[in-house]
Amino acid sequence: MLAKEIERAGLPTVFVTSLPTIATMIGANRIVRGPAITHPFGVDETERRGIVERALEMLETPVEPLTVWEVEAG
Amino acid sequence: MRAVHYLNQFFAGLGGEEAAETPPTRLEGAVGPGRGLDGTLEGIEIVATLACGDDYFAEHEEEALGRLLELAGAERPGLVVAGPAFGSGRYGYACARFSRLVSERLGIPALAAMHGENPGVAVAEGKVPIVPTAVNVVGMRDALPRMAQLAAALASGRELGPPAEEGYLPRGFRRNRLAEQPGAERAIDLLLAKLDGDARSEVDGGFDRVPPPLPVPDLSRARLALVTEAGCVPQGNPDRLPAIRAQGWLRYSLAGERSLAAGRYESVHGGFDVTLANEDPNRLVPLDTVRALEEAGRVGRIHDVFYTTTGNGTPVAASTRFGSEIAAELREAGVEAVLLSGT
Repeated sequence: MLAKEIERAGLPTVFVTSLPTIATMIGANRIVRGPAITHPFGVDETERRGIVERALEMLETPVEPLTVWEVEAG
Repeated sequence: MRAVHYLNQFFAGLGGEEAAETPPTRLEGAVGPGRGLDGTLEGIEIVATLACGDDYFAEHEEEALGRLLELAGAERPGLVVAGPAFGSGRYGYACARFSRLVSERLGIPALAAMHGENPGVAVAEGKVPIVPTAVNVVGMRDALPRMAQLAAALASGRELGPPAEEGYLPRGFRRNRLAEQPGAERAIDLLLAKLDGDARSEVDGGFDRVPPPLPVPDLSRARLALVTEAGCVPQGNPDRLPAIRAQGWLRYSLAGERSLAAGRYESVHGGFDVTLANEDPNRLVPLDTVRALEEAGRVGRIHDVFYTTTGNGTPVAASTRFGSEIAAELREAGVEAVLLSGT
């Protein structure tokens, strides 16, 4: 809900969560799938960098509504 | 039974936009769409039509309502019907306000009719049943019989059944009923229906859609804010963010912080195991990484505060409010992009 309301104000927002199904149901538009509920931004910094880079990329990309991106492995 | 029908200036035949300032006016019997409605109402007669200009209502709401309530009461009706307003926002607003007040102040059963996304629906706050209609007057022939159906139900004095059965928009109430079949059987029936291509649900509800904002043209020149619903707070939770059912949100300064260090930040979210998060809070709010990217010039500037709340058992209305409050602050501060973490 936070994502959608912030988007409603016109701010591109990327939501990193391990539950993208719920996020799309509620209506967030830019969603990156995080690895786990307990650590949406990964365990170590390398993993974290991958997730954050993906999220930033999504902020710079035009998307269709309710888009979910995975983080590529490696 | 006597009924009063509310229409705006246009449907009452008083004129178009040029008549939008018409003050509340009483017309004899059924007028315009009211005639079609009256024809299908059994045992109910529209004895008077109240018309008001959409702009007049919007600009003089108190006077308009006062006068309309007076006029309505004078007819001693057993029922009040407002609309159909279709997608017309001012008209739908007036229908919602008037029908609601007639019901609350005069104790007269009332209903309205309009498109499901008409702002009047939200304004009614579920206090009066609203028949959903098409978005414009093309839906008139379809709307009138359904309004008549709900009118008859209200006039009978019985308690209304659920929205799907009686033909009105969900109002957000839940009533307990004893079902004939146990839940397991009903669930299997729903599953079989779904496999057959018929997706039904016993629970109503849906969420509106917001179009995706345009992308940030160049993050290296943009201010990025961090927001989380993972309950990340300074160690010790000085402002007592709740673990569940948070009533609000908090903001904390990131000035001088290069990382959310263990022992200085923690998560108080009651909905997941926070052990990993407390070992390294950057796993919830990736400050270490975004700072490094800020230094490398990938991101222009990390916003100097981060926003936090606990997304655990938060009612939709509350989280909607949090989101719009936080959004207002972010916009005010010139933030151009947001990284939100949830669990």
